[in-house]
Amino acid sequence: MIRDFGIVWSERSLLLSGLANTAILSTVSAVVALLLGFMVTPALMSKQPVVSGIARVFVDGMRCVPFLLFAYIIYYGLPSLGLRLDNWTSGLAALTIYNAAYMAEILRGAWVVQPREPIEAGIAFGFSGLRLFRSIILPPLLLSAGPVIGNQMIQIIKDSAFLTIIALPELTHAASSIQSRHYIPFAAFITAVFLYWGLCLVIEAGVSSIGRVAEARR
Amino acid sequence: MNGSDIAAIFQGAIVTITLSLVGILIGLPIGLGLALIRWANVPVAARIVTLYVSMLRATPLVTLLLLLFFALPNIGIPMNPISAAILGLVMSTSAFNCEVWRSALMNFPKDQYEAAQSVGMRAGQRFRRIVLPQIVRVSLPGLVNEMSLLIKVTPVLAVVGVVDITRAAVRIGAQTYEPLPPFLVAIALYVPIVYALVSLQRWIERRQTAAEALA
Repeated sequence: MIRDFGIVWSERSLLLSGLANTAILSTVSAVVALLLGFMVTPALMSKQPVVSGIARVFVDGMRCVPFLLFAYIIYYGLPSLGLRLDNWTSGLAALTIYNAAYMAEILRGAWVVQPREPIEAGIAFGFSGLRLFRSIILPPLLLSAGPVIGNQMIQIIKDSAFLTIIALPELTHAASSIQSRHYIPFAAFITAVFLYWGLCLVIEAGVSSIGRVAEARR
Repeated sequence: MNGSDIAAIFQGAIVTITLSLVGILIGLPIGLGLALIRWANVPVAARIVTLYVSMLRATPLVTLLLLLFFALPNIGIPMNPISAAILGLVMSTSAFNCEVWRSALMNFPKDQYEAAQSVGMRAGQRFRRIVLPQIVRVSLPGLVNEMSLLIKVTPVLAVVGVVDITRAAVRIGAQTYEPLPPFLVAIALYVPIVYALVSLQRWIERRQTAAEALA
């Protein structure tokens, strides 16, 4: 058993590059999904029934389709429409678009419970447009949505593991190749599990420090 | 894509639904049991459950499945795709259910429990008659949400060789060189199931807020 972990240690560069790929994949798609979410949320709450209807169909549609099926559609399905993407691009696109829907729904939930008064005060002080959004609306919105966004980031990390099935060299894929090379399933996969756990603990620590900032600002 | 291909996808649907139901039905009581261990603060066991839940919540189902499927036979536990799938689903869903049950238990009003004690109910009776009916109601939206999440991770079971809706659709796409039609059939199967669960969750939440507003 100890010897098995020795083999995993000797393959650490493979495992670490998998970990780095998982981290890059999750971070990039979380950030872009959050930005896209900010664009979809106003559409969800739009008074134009056509706009809010389209946004609703997108968000509810994503929430009803399994992530892996969506990734397959992008990877295997789009080429028959003439759009061929490699596994990195399609994995990243799938992860980002899919989670943008969830982020939009999270932001909408946080938005509707925000008090109106600070915004009206901001308008009275002459803030408008982007500046109103950036300095008055955004900070409390992010602080109150912080924990749920953190949960979603953990979900993104876990979803990124599914991309091992389209041969993206992320953490689970690295563990799989170590296991098939040396036949040490327990040591290889339990190490991956601990690394995932570590990533999620980092996010949870980040979320609770955001929570402390939010508490201090009240 | 012909009739037998569609039949193959429906066969996959039976696998997806059966495995999801088995996972949900076993995962619910185990989650409740884990939550009770933490709630009652059983020495040592409560800490182990805390670690188990924290770790399982962070572990992707693919990784867990590969671990179970390849490592358990090494220590003499035979594994086939179906048993690995059920074990993986139960382990991961019970960790999430535990959190839902636990938050309901922690918010349970203590005075009711003490009132039950004062009229002479025994521990088992108190739990069955006073605590359980109320925490079931509070936990229901969270548990239904977890059920829809569970159905959405079932395509991953393909990694140990289970042929579910998604796997069947991928196979047909590879045979016919037309991947989109089978994927559309797959979507048509998933969307009503998951949408029904999501709507059920929203309906329960609305009814409960309405009931609270009346009270």
